[in-house]
Amino acid sequence: MGKSSKVIEVEKLSVRFSGDSGDGMQLTGTLFSHTSAAFGNDISTFPDFPADIRAPQGTIGGVSGFQVHFGKGVATPGDKTDVLIAMNPAALKANAKHMKPGGTIITDSDSFDKKGLEKAGYKTENPITEDKLESFNFIEAPITSLTKEAVQDLGLDNKSALRSKNMFALGLVYWLFNRPLEHTTEFIRSKFAAKERVMTANLRVLEAGYNYGNVIEAVTPSYHISPTESKKGFYRNLNGNKAVAWGFLMAAEKSGLELFLGSYPITPATEILQELAERKDMGVKVFQAEDEIAGICTALGASFAGDLGVTTTSGPGLALKTEAIGLAVMAELPLVVVDVQRGGPSTGLPTKTEQADLLQALFGRNGESPVAVIAASTPVNCFDYTYYACKIAVEHMIPVIVLTDGFLANGTQQWRVPNEDDFPDITIPKTKQKPEEFKTYLRSPEKLNRDWVFPGTPGYTHRIGGLEKDSVTGNISHDGPNHQKMVNLRQEKLDKIVDIIPDLEVEGDKDADLLVIGWGGTYGHLYSAVEEMNKENKKVAFAHFNYINPLPNNTADILKEYKNIVVCELNMGQFANYLRMKHPEYKYKQYNKVQGQPFTVKELKDQFIKILEG
Amino acid sequence: MSNTQYKFTDFKSELNVRWCPGCGDHAILNSVQKSMAELNYKPEDVVVVSGIGCSSRFTYYMNTYGFHTIHGRASAIASGVKSANPKLNVWQITGDGDALAIGGNHFIHTVRRNIDLNMIVFNNQIYGLTKGQYSPTSSHGFVSKTSPFGTIEPPFRPGELTLGARGNFFARAIDRDLKLCQEVFKEAANHKGSSVVEVLQNCVIYNDNTHNMIADKNHKADRTIKLEHGKPMIFGKERDKGLILDNMNLKVAKIGENGVTEKDILVHDAKSNNNALHLMLANMEYPEFPVAMGVIRSVDAPTYEKQMEDQIESVQSQSKVKNFYQLAKDGDVWEVK
Repeated sequence: MGKSSKVIEVEKLSVRFSGDSGDGMQLTGTLFSHTSAAFGNDISTFPDFPADIRAPQGTIGGVSGFQVHFGKGVATPGDKTDVLIAMNPAALKANAKHMKPGGTIITDSDSFDKKGLEKAGYKTENPITEDKLESFNFIEAPITSLTKEAVQDLGLDNKSALRSKNMFALGLVYWLFNRPLEHTTEFIRSKFAAKERVMTANLRVLEAGYNYGNVIEAVTPSYHISPTESKKGFYRNLNGNKAVAWGFLMAAEKSGLELFLGSYPITPATEILQELAERKDMGVKVFQAEDEIAGICTALGASFAGDLGVTTTSGPGLALKTEAIGLAVMAELPLVVVDVQRGGPSTGLPTKTEQADLLQALFGRNGESPVAVIAASTPVNCFDYTYYACKIAVEHMIPVIVLTDGFLANGTQQWRVPNEDDFPDITIPKTKQKPEEFKTYLRSPEKLNRDWVFPGTPGYTHRIGGLEKDSVTGNISHDGPNHQKMVNLRQEKLDKIVDIIPDLEVEGDKDADLLVIGWGGTYGHLYSAVEEMNKENKKVAFAHFNYINPLPNNTADILKEYKNIVVCELNMGQFANYLRMKHPEYKYKQYNKVQGQPFTVKELKDQFIKILEG
Repeated sequence: MSNTQYKFTDFKSELNVRWCPGCGDHAILNSVQKSMAELNYKPEDVVVVSGIGCSSRFTYYMNTYGFHTIHGRASAIASGVKSANPKLNVWQITGDGDALAIGGNHFIHTVRRNIDLNMIVFNNQIYGLTKGQYSPTSSHGFVSKTSPFGTIEPPFRPGELTLGARGNFFARAIDRDLKLCQEVFKEAANHKGSSVVEVLQNCVIYNDNTHNMIADKNHKADRTIKLEHGKPMIFGKERDKGLILDNMNLKVAKIGENGVTEKDILVHDAKSNNNALHLMLANMEYPEFPVAMGVIRSVDAPTYEKQMEDQIESVQSQSKVKNFYQLAKDGDVWEVK
């Protein structure tokens, strides 16, 4: 590559692309992460975009960011970034605080004019001194003018020419990290196959960005990040939302059921609906309903008719689906509800992450209404837990709520395509009863589920509904003792799920004074914090919950081993309170944050050290 | 497949029907069961979906598959059933409150999508199960427990709402006319797409005789008109009155007076794509007009579930990806050996 001297070897690094929401930063970040993953690095990404579709150009409100952490042993997108790309002054203003001391900041110097600085809220003409950024290594590249120059002879209008300036930044970052361009050039060729001039412009600007690296080589070091050795198999990048969609696809295929999604667009869950709408090739029936309620109701109707009925939403939508979830509890039909949590209450922070729907999922219904609740903990295991949710829903005839969050939904990781036998089969609870003796609510002794008979089956006509019913025949019953029996049975049926869920595992230093507890999307940050502390010889253990209701069988066995327990979550203590209810004999400390952002490894370590030091 | 011909009693479940004695629902239940037998339905191919309200108990009295759901959501649940398995005959039983108040949104969107459901709306202009509050079809000024000084709301007209939602089938019948009920139920069943049937139903306890003005035996012939596709719209005990168009408005004319002959009377065209006249017919109210009975509009249009099936079939026939593992290994994938 012609670069000799200043190449720095590192294990992992993180880079943040940021610019105006129209600058194409999400795409730039995605292309960079694909290239890195294909190169053999672990990756974890974190898109951070504004709620407004187009906030005023050049303002802080309109800054869109995409952070990629890549290298060996990557479990989070990284607290702080080593390298920041700021396409305008607002991006610098908004993101400099996310930088590691001594990191590199690449700016488009053309955009740092008086107007741009004013829009970003700078009071002087020198942002570096104004915001005390002197300790960073600045690469001030005239990206706008070099982009224009590169495409000058193509006859594009000014606006179209500048649309490719994100490729300049990407090219420069590829130079910085010694990455090949092939993946991206291939993408550009196929994306703009029908628009030759645009294709040429993007290819040229990408290359111009890369070559600009050679110009500044003398003053800037570049990095080399070695690939990780991975298990054999096929790999691809997957974000949490797509992983959910694909988990559904595999569950449908393995169960032999047709997949039916009833849903309504809502941030940050919409992508699941979009992905499945695209999957007509897999026979998916997607019903974009008139509202959240119809979304779940069509899914429940489809489930009654014999499909794998599923619905996807976020917090406000889950609130609207409440009554229909209760009906599914009563009707004892399989149903999977995915809640991609975002900041609440009400409309809250639609594009930001939070874990504050836990109690809504567990208890947000009228009556005694137990449902299974499962939480995914990494972008790619959204696939696994969606699959297991389907398995539990079908085999136990019960609604299951899967909790993910905005952080998992938009974050990507590399994912190994599973082998066909990596996941257990899903068995439909078909009836073995004779038609003339068929009892709608007769239960299997092992799981206490009722039989699932699809309409269209001769001899088994039956009626179900939301009214309390006789515990065997399913006929309407207003009898008090029968109601008690049914309430007990529905709870016992849920409790039986514990038989198929794995035991809770303890990671880190098992013989520790402090047990860190988490659930759902905070896994990567908690894991990294505990791992780093263990490396520093600090005794900390870590247990992370994916199965929330029911809790794993050995939960108490683990809790009783530790003098100090701290429950960390992105809410004000919902899981901690749930544990206090389920296991009141132990004491729980809490670490909580609700700022729309994931934990940082640093703040977690600080917190744990404080606890250890008593 | 067996060719068993089911009798209407085969559609009766073993449960005792528990509506109030004299309630119009009894007659509608019988009419539906008789229609299903005459349609050569098999009980196992029928799904009855209902919401909440007196009428929604219907599900339990049918020896078919049935789902008694939650208030207002029957259209959405029925939409899911039919989309999941288009082979099923799906009937939605609902009332003026269930369909047009709490379920109004689902109702209009289901009609708009043209999902092949038979939606039977029992319109008694009152909330019966909660014991007598006004409903969205109660007339302006109606006195009820929640409108002790009379309502201050104009009512919905189910026909107008259906046509406004681009409905392709609307019919009206009255509970006590079993023959008419069966006729329109069968027409609705044979129509592919969302079929809305408004049944004027009497609540004997909270709104008795609400439809009496037109249903009364002595006045029925003069105060209602039975519409039949392709036939002139003539009514009256003496069959001497008809509907004509006068300056874009419907008008009742007496045949033989003012030069009006039978030839001037409008001929009912239920299959006309233009719904302007259908809307005027559906909105006719006594005393200015006779109330229209029978099938007011019946137009063929593509159904939602058929288009869904066709789209899946067409995409699948062109796709190289046939199962999940192929999909997962397709596109932006790299292999570690």
